Amino acid sequence: MKTTALAAAKLVAVRDLRLAFRKPSQLLQPLMFFMIVATLFPLTLTPELSRLRDAAPGVLWIGALLSSLLALEFLFRDDAVDGTLEQFALSGQSLTWMLFAKTCTHWLLTGLPLALSAPLAALALGVPVAALGSMVAALALGSFALSLVGAICAGLTLGARRGGVLLSLLTLPLSVPILVFGSDATRHAIAGTEIAGPMYMLGAIAVLGVTLAPLAAAAAVRIGLE
Amino acid sequence: MNWTWFHRFGSAPYMYGFAQRWAPWFGGAAVLLMVIALYGGLVLAPLDYQQKDAYRIVYVHAPSATLSLAIYTTMAIAAAVGLIWRMKVAHAAAAASAPIGAWFTVATLITGSLWGKPMWGTYWAWDPRLTSELILLFLYLGYMGLRAAIEDPQKADKASAVLAIVGVVNIPIIKYSVNWWNSLHQPATRLLGEADMVWSMVWPLLMMFVAFMLFYGAVLLIRLRAELLRRERGASWVREVLS
Amino acid sequence: MLRVQGVHLWRGDRHVLRNVTFDATPGRCVLLTGRNGAGKTTLLRAIAGLLEPEEGQVTWRGVATRATRDVFHAELAYLGHEPPLKGDLSGRENLRFSVGIRRAVTTAEIDAALARTGAEPFASLAVRLLSAGQRRRIALAGVVLANAALWLLDEPTTNLDAEGQQLVADLIAEQLGRSGLVVAAVHHPLPLPAELVDELTVGTA
Repeated sequence: MKTTALAAAKLVAVRDLRLAFRKPSQLLQPLMFFMIVATLFPLTLTPELSRLRDAAPGVLWIGALLSSLLALEFLFRDDAVDGTLEQFALSGQSLTWMLFAKTCTHWLLTGLPLALSAPLAALALGVPVAALGSMVAALALGSFALSLVGAICAGLTLGARRGGVLLSLLTLPLSVPILVFGSDATRHAIAGTEIAGPMYMLGAIAVLGVTLAPLAAAAAVRIGLE
Repeated sequence: MNWTWFHRFGSAPYMYGFAQRWAPWFGGAAVLLMVIALYGGLVLAPLDYQQKDAYRIVYVHAPSATLSLAIYTTMAIAAAVGLIWRMKVAHAAAAASAPIGAWFTVATLITGSLWGKPMWGTYWAWDPRLTSELILLFLYLGYMGLRAAIEDPQKADKASAVLAIVGVVNIPIIKYSVNWWNSLHQPATRLLGEADMVWSMVWPLLMMFVAFMLFYGAVLLIRLRAELLRRERGASWVREVLS
Repeated sequence: MLRVQGVHLWRGDRHVLRNVTFDATPGRCVLLTGRNGAGKTTLLRAIAGLLEPEEGQVTWRGVATRATRDVFHAELAYLGHEPPLKGDLSGRENLRFSVGIRRAVTTAEIDAALARTGAEPFASLAVRLLSAGQRRRIALAGVVLANAALWLLDEPTTNLDAEGQQLVADLIAEQLGRSGLVVAAVHHPLPLPAELVDELTVGTA
């Protein structure tokens, strides 16, 4: 009995989670990177908490972006190297759904922990406790959108020389809207003003990403496997 | 509808001949129109009420900006045609267009920056239109970088095609950003009908738009010839042409 | 059932596949032979749909594979140079996934396939601990489990001992007996009965 596309996608997600937990150290690296970047800013900018608070949205979002770019490198890399990505393409199942499942699992393992641990960095930057909740929500949503967009670029750079740097260069322009609205939402949260506007935009970008990005990523991966 | 003309454009030797014949005409027309338009804009057009002579940079800035967007769109369409109908010539056209578009984007940013100083008091501001134009430059560079990084030419064509198509999302953002957000950059000036500028200022601008498009056409055809020769260097028609 | 017609393929500047044409019929094995770099792997990948030929087409059951890619892939088992296995999972877990995404499979079926290819003793170890030959045996079990009508095998006997090479020949013979099709790229001849084999040399002389 042929497996359905959804069931196949679920198997992919379970497999990825199982693999991740057999090598948990790899998961900590992007997180550590984020923490280090967030701490470097106060060192280099100023120890004054009030001034840091103004810079906090930028620091947090740039840190999240850089950490996500780092993590994006191993979205497809392992599977491309040992030939299992090719298996996905030859399985007769929807590559779009399977890559969407991979991207979601990847976000659960990198983006979501980053969003949940951001309060630590945020408090060090003088962000008021009242703003933390919406900040985490914005980072979670933004990092999810980023994973979706990054998956396209990861697929495109599968066959390329120096793929890592190129991946960052390709993803950065496409991630600017996420950055703009995300940091805007965090800035409003810190100031205590209405965050609905930028959050809705962030949500809209995420929805657009969910509908279109996996299709583009599947096309990119098929080209990358040639 | 008879589609043979479309498929003829898909033939590399035909396109080579077409480019060879028409490039000088495009180029000549472009230069002619540019000279007339610049004379009209720099000499004949009156001073602006507020900016005096400083506004005249619009005759280079606005067409450059339009071209930077138009070329990216053309590039994306050519890439899509190449991907869907598997036409090598379309991929070649996309590859040839990218550096031209990138330079127009640089020109837009530089002329805009020079205009910004007298207009707003600053060479740069992080407002939506400027920022998204800068992102456009990064998109061009990313496209060219991806092409360069992939060894296999067919794979490079297809991968960069997907990238170009995905990046098209940015184009409406640039165009409409001045309408959607409170922006430092002025909104679009109406040129025809209920115009915001007098006709003596408008006609040189319209002519410059056309001149820049013809210029793009000329440079594209020249680069396309080189691109086709490079891609098809093993083919017999190339040997005939070069002998 | 599988028809390759006038396939031309370029990799960069190299005209790797020149006008390749052949038919594969159920019950017969097509052996692709040729020097290193002749294009055997490229041809297999083109048939599988991983590469797109510039000219020519591949048809399966009379329909172009490009048009019905997922349907074609559901009936195809492809084994490339490197067995596609995740190093951190065991052989059993790998198979449960790779077969599971295609069709529902029971533990009994997986065990039976592993026993058939002699991979039972090490099926529960993480694949990165296994030798190349052991990995290949697990991958072969995967091919058997796919229940595919068409097998595309690229150098299936690599890293296998003499007993393993006979195993591959036996598995192919069983597949042909089920009215399946096999296209295999090989360096040395396989111990298969000659009446079941069509040979095709890939590449220019």
